[in-house]
Amino acid sequence: MTKGKAKVNFWERNRLSNGYLMRKKVMAVGVSIVRFILLFGLCFLILQPILQKISVSFMEEQDLYNPIVINIPEHFTTENYRLCADPQIMDYSNGLKNSLIVSFTIAILQIAMCTLVGYGFARFKFPLKKFWFAMVMLVIVIPPQTISSSLYLHFKYFDILGIFKLITGETVNLRGSALPYYLISAGCMGLKNGLYIYMVRQYFRNIPIDLEEAAYIDGCGTLKTFVRIMLPQAKPIITSCFLFAFVWQWTDGFYSQMFLSQIRLVSTSLSTIVDRIAVYLARISGSGVESATISPARSNQILSTGTLMIVFPLIFIYLVAQRQFVESLSSTGIKM
Amino acid sequence: MKKAKKLAGLEKRKAISGYIFIAPFIIGFLVFMVKPFIDSLMMSFQLVELSGEGYTRTFNGFTNYDYVFNVDSQFNRLLTEEMIRMVIYTLAIIVFSFFISIILNQKFHGRGLVRAVFFLPVILSSGVILGLEDNNSYMQVMKDTVEATTQGISVSAAVESILKTMDIGGAVFDKVFEVIDNIYDVAISSGMQIIIFLSGLQTISSSMYEAASIDGCTKWESLWKITFPMISSLFLVNWIYTVVDFCMRSDNQVISRVQFTMISQLRYDYASAMAWIYFLVVVVFVGITSLIISKVVYYND
Repeated sequence: MTKGKAKVNFWERNRLSNGYLMRKKVMAVGVSIVRFILLFGLCFLILQPILQKISVSFMEEQDLYNPIVINIPEHFTTENYRLCADPQIMDYSNGLKNSLIVSFTIAILQIAMCTLVGYGFARFKFPLKKFWFAMVMLVIVIPPQTISSSLYLHFKYFDILGIFKLITGETVNLRGSALPYYLISAGCMGLKNGLYIYMVRQYFRNIPIDLEEAAYIDGCGTLKTFVRIMLPQAKPIITSCFLFAFVWQWTDGFYSQMFLSQIRLVSTSLSTIVDRIAVYLARISGSGVESATISPARSNQILSTGTLMIVFPLIFIYLVAQRQFVESLSSTGIKM
Repeated sequence: MKKAKKLAGLEKRKAISGYIFIAPFIIGFLVFMVKPFIDSLMMSFQLVELSGEGYTRTFNGFTNYDYVFNVDSQFNRLLTEEMIRMVIYTLAIIVFSFFISIILNQKFHGRGLVRAVFFLPVILSSGVILGLEDNNSYMQVMKDTVEATTQGISVSAAVESILKTMDIGGAVFDKVFEVIDNIYDVAISSGMQIIIFLSGLQTISSSMYEAASIDGCTKWESLWKITFPMISSLFLVNWIYTVVDFCMRSDNQVISRVQFTMISQLRYDYASAMAWIYFLVVVVFVGITSLIISKVVYYND
């Protein structure tokens, strides 16, 4: 009844408004159709490579050369995954374990430090504060590659004020151990750490100061106030920064190659996967050549499978914690 | 008198705890940033020789820079190519993310899903995964075959040829079409920028749009008269973020050249000089463009 009434009312109102209402309605529908097509196309564009990788990864090799097979494999197989997970190729289980440990510990360390620093910048007045914050900005802007050459040597012949050389007569080679990277992370100089400091600071600045003042009046110390009062409030930004740190560390190639080359990580083993496959196939086929040539389609397939295996944990994390990634960031209120 | 002194004491205490809080940053900055930074600057003017014991460094003036510019066969070309690519892509990413964020700020069904999809590349196409598809030689062969078989079939190519025959075209159009052909690259690198713009759009109060529409302002006008100025400061943020992000991408040719020189050729001195040239070029570029943008930016408060 009410629906019918509304409909009558619509045409009646439309007539009274000289067709303005109708035009407006048509415009709205048109806009939403155009929007749907545009967004659908763009979403498809973004998702298509992933979908295609999934479909390719389940194909047998003969399907790759079959022009009839496009998306749905004719001979369904999980052999590619097994091949990629092989200890001689990606060493998936080992790499996964190492990557998990490294990314987790690094992310925890980085975020703990960045939260402290961000809080310091947000809440305290001290001399040279502007200068130090400008330095944070500088850290965001400087590409780590600029200083990589000297960092490389710095850790190859590591020494603290010549002490080691005095005692043992030699400098310590820290390259190949993970220690330098942990040190760097503890000093807030890891991957995109300036950005985390900036985000945490921005978040803390939006929290009213009254609560802390009340805590101070009640005799709570600075550190205790921070841990007891402020940290629980900053949970959303800390989780989202942690997720970023974890994910970016997971896929990072630069620092991993430089400092963690000794550890089998999924990210570093992915970059050499195709060459490894070639060597591996040559070995099992027993031919004398050093590396077998594999067809582009086949190597693409292996690469797709490897990529999928690496991003699978990330997709899982993203699906679970999507809100933490997107919403908390947009509520930070990034300003300049 | 006494009261003032006490306040000074509290302020001093707060200043000290402030420094304690940011101490990790200061230490890390001095040890892992300033020292290597100066070190690499010095190295770029020195001859670095590696030996089993350690390494020796002797000053040799501008020889490294001379080598990089005049002897190295690729660096100049890579640097100019990367800079041009950077300017074009940064512009494209900013424009793209601005319009997408406006669309994503509207209310429609499935908005959360679409936002999630647009943000997905920030997570998936980061680090090694991004560079992988370009670096792999097999993939390159594959790409060439695909390009060879589909040449002239794509819509943009058709439009381009029509425009060419109508004598509309030139260098600018070529670049525009290049960007359109690579819209995938643009889309996957603008996730963060979209989020930053969205965060700005959410702070604009709807009463402003209502007032404007009562005064007879169309949607298109209010886009340029309200939305654009209100989030113009975020253009600066996004500009800097995109440029910096571009420098750190793993498919950046200059950076891979630097790393090749360092790791494969073991020429730390040349690598430092290259890194410094690139760094200076980028810093000057960011500095000048941000200055220009910040002149135009409108601050509401």
